[in-house]
This record gives sequence, C-alpha cells and structure tokens, in this order.
Amino acid sequence: MAASVSPVSIELHRLTRRFGPLTAVEDVSFTVTKGEVVGLIGPNGAGKTTAMRMASGFLQPTAGTATICGADVRARPTEAHRALGYLPEGAPSYGDMTTAAYLGFVAGAQGLRRGRARRALDRVAALADLGPVWRQRIETLSKGYRRRVALAAALIHDPPALILDEPTDGLDPNQRHEMRRLVTAMAPGKAIIISTHMLEEVTAVCSRAVVIARGRILADGKPRELARLSPRQTLDDSFRTLTQGGRRPEAMTD
Amino acid sequence: MMAADRRPKTRYRRRLPEPAGRRLGRDLTGLAAAARPVGVVFRRELGGYFATPLALVFLVIFLILNGILTFQVGAFFERGRADLVPFFRFHPWLYLLLGPALAMRLWAEERRSGTIEVLLTLPVTPTQAVLGKFLAAWCLVACALALTLPMWLTVGYLGEPDHGVILAGYLGSLMLAGAYLAVGAAASAIGRSQVVAFILAVAACFAFTAPGSSPVLGFLGDWLPVALVQPLAWFSFEARFAAIIRGVLDARDLVFFAGTIALFLFFNVVLVSAGGRS
Repeated sequence: MAASVSPVSIELHRLTRRFGPLTAVEDVSFTVTKGEVVGLIGPNGAGKTTAMRMASGFLQPTAGTATICGADVRARPTEAHRALGYLPEGAPSYGDMTTAAYLGFVAGAQGLRRGRARRALDRVAALADLGPVWRQRIETLSKGYRRRVALAAALIHDPPALILDEPTDGLDPNQRHEMRRLVTAMAPGKAIIISTHMLEEVTAVCSRAVVIARGRILADGKPRELARLSPRQTLDDSFRTLTQGGRRPEAMTD
Repeated sequence: MMAADRRPKTRYRRRLPEPAGRRLGRDLTGLAAAARPVGVVFRRELGGYFATPLALVFLVIFLILNGILTFQVGAFFERGRADLVPFFRFHPWLYLLLGPALAMRLWAEERRSGTIEVLLTLPVTPTQAVLGKFLAAWCLVACALALTLPMWLTVGYLGEPDHGVILAGYLGSLMLAGAYLAVGAAASAIGRSQVVAFILAVAACFAFTAPGSSPVLGFLGDWLPVALVQPLAWFSFEARFAAIIRGVLDARDLVFFAGTIALFLFFNVVLVSAGGRS
C-alpha cells in the first residue's frame, strides 16, 4: 500500500474552485501530518465542504492540487483513495443495502477480501457499535446510526489519512462524545481533517484549527493560540471576530 | 546433480527477455486486478435491483409483454411456422421502453443520494464503475431472456425450427438490449433526475430504432432520395436486428452493436468523470 512507503499526510496546495462567477474556495493551502487532527471551521457556505471535496479528489479544483500520503488525488486517484477514508457531507450510503452488505461492498472496493474483509468488518462493527443494526437496511436506520455506518465505511481499510465532513452532525451528545473519543484514539497514527460547526469540538479533539470564511483561510494555528486572538481569549470570540470582521488576525491585533 | 542441471538454465533465462508465458501471466493478473472493482460494483448494483421490487417488476413485465406481443400481435400459432420471429421482432420496441427504465437509476440515483461521492472516492475508477453498473443491468436482461427459453422448447416441440437461427436471435437480442442499456446508462449520468434520464434515453433510443423499421423507411422512401434513407437504416438497431432474427448473422451487425455499447459507455465515463468531479 502507498501509505507504508509514503509519509502519512494530507497536503492541500493552493486549492481554488470557482463555480461560474462565484469563487467558493480561493488559494487554500495547508498540510496535515501524522498525529495531527486539523479542525476546519467556518460559517455555513464558507467553502469547507468544497475544500474537502477537492482534497478527497471528488471535485476537480479550478487550480491547485491535493495530495494524500504522497499521491496526487487527480493524477493517481486509485493510490490516493486506498490511503484515504472519506466521510462526505451528509454521510451518504446506499439505503437499499443492509449495514453488513454495504460495509462488505466498501471493503471489497478497498481491495479487502475474505479473511481480511471479515476482520475489517468485525473491527469497524465494534468501533462504531453497529451490532444492533448489522442486518438492517440502512434506509430504516436512525440518523445517528446511518452516520456511524458511513463512518465505519470510511474506516474499514484503516486508512492513514482521514477526511471527515461534519462527522458529529446529527449525533446525540453521547454519540458525539463517542465520536470524539474515537477520533482522539485514532489520531496518533493518522493525518485527520474534520470539519465542524461546533467549536467545543475543536478544543476537544483538534490539535490545530483552520478558520475559513468566504473561501479563504483566515487563521491557522493551535486552538489555544487562536483563542488568544480575541480580547476575551475564547475560541468562540475569535471565531466571531475573524469570520464576521473578515479581517486577518494581524489586522485585528493592531 | 539436480542443482548442477538447474544453474545454467537460470542464467540462460536471465539473459533473455521475459518469457511470453510469464508476461501473459502478469498481464492476466493485472487484468484480474482491474476487473475486481468492476465485479464489486456489479454485485452491488445487481443486489440493488433485487433489493427493490425493480428486478421482479422488470422480469414480470418483460415476460407478460413478450407473451402478448408474440401470441396476440405476432400471431405465433396462426403463422404455422416453427421459428421465433414473432417473439423476437418486437424486442427493439420492448427494449426501447424497458431498457431506459432499467438504466435510469444507475447514475441519477447516485447523484441524488450523494453516494456518487462515496463511489468515486473509493479506489474504483469511473470506467470500472461504469462497466460494473452496465453489466449488472445487462445481466438482469440476460436473466429475463433466459426465462423465455421455454419459447424455444415449445417451438422445438411443435416443429423443426432452425436452432442456429434461434440462437442467433437470442444473441442478437442480448446485444440489442446492451445497446439500449448503454444509451440509457449514459443518459442517466447527465443529471440527478431519473425521469429526465428516462425521457432522454427513450428519445435517443427511438431515434436509433424508428428510422430503420419498415413502415418508417417506406414512408421516408416516398419523398426522400434513397441516398438519404439508406444511412438512416444503417444506424438503425431495428433494421440490423431484423436481419439477425431472419437468420442473417452478419459479424458486422454484432460489431455495430458492440461498438454502440462501447461508444455510449465511453460517453457515460466522460459524463461521470466530468459531472461528478468537475
């Protein structure tokens, strides 16, 4: 696998995406290395999902490149996708399949066969606690379970790089807590990007936060450093000042 | 003794280019590796047909319509001839509707539900995904055709048909269905609406079918020069299929159908790559 020879990383290099006259993402660059959990935060419509779609290789950037563990997602998609676990926005999955069948399909597509596939299925079933819904059709599941099935699918091949678009959206507080615990537990061996609206999540699980608004990166640093940017020294405040003022932190501290 | 025998051979082998057998073996291994994701998508898609009533509805409707068209419209018994022409001759019109109906969900549904984002970020190339889905739909049609084999048995029991012609008819029918499905699959990749995909596919299939059918050709022939009507017939699924079921199995017709399938699957790949990812 590509991951074993290349460094565990996700690199976004000057990613830009325009939809007609609208620039959804402009010149976004950052690198996530092994052991890092980067929280991509920003208001709705900031370009988080567009940036993650480009990083996953689903969406073609207007300019710039994205690299997963050394493999360019557009030039060497198969290699990049073997190293990547991607949870798209809204956690889509095939509703007409059972949990077991769906995860079996994803395992197969990831090249896992027979014994390895079975072990992977057992592992993610335990990880996401899917035992009770194992033989149920996904369309009959609650939102929380559906999200966990989608997450299990992203984790099935134990990828070194993870891109999770709002993984805790629609989960109840207990499930959110579980999800954070899971991300924290996986963090040491992986490069992880998660996007979220919830700032307490950033403080809880992220080693770094990237604030994005109107398609541009406004700040990039440790959550604690970002908190210091505002007068009241809370991440909440910094987020508001940054995203509503739309100014760069340098300008604000002047 | 054994070791001494083996050593010169090894040296000899190293100096030569890779033996053809091993190269073939490696090519086959590569091919098998490339085909595996196709199989994974194929199984999922076929399972998807059977997970919903779609497969069952398709099989039942196909058989019922075939029965009505063969026995009522085609006057199977009244003709008093031991062949399956009345059975096959309506297939283009049957596939014209049922092909797009079967294919319309292949990509439009993926886009609507957002699963296309999952599918295209797995280590599966658009070509592999397109092939897997197309083959699943084609396989369902093959199942439907297999369920009509009692027709063949009946004809064999009642008279002495030319079995070669009937076999050619089945083969032709399968290729014909593949062409309609490929058109339908490409239409399905255009957007997220299954209805739009269906309508576009039926319109395209109609354009490929009607011009070659004898009433339309006759009508056009009345006021268009032959030089214009002939090419229309050349493109027609119906005219080519009509020749096959009469026993004229021309390799060119099969190549035409295979080519049409390949062309529309290529469009499908382009649409999926562009629409899904651009």
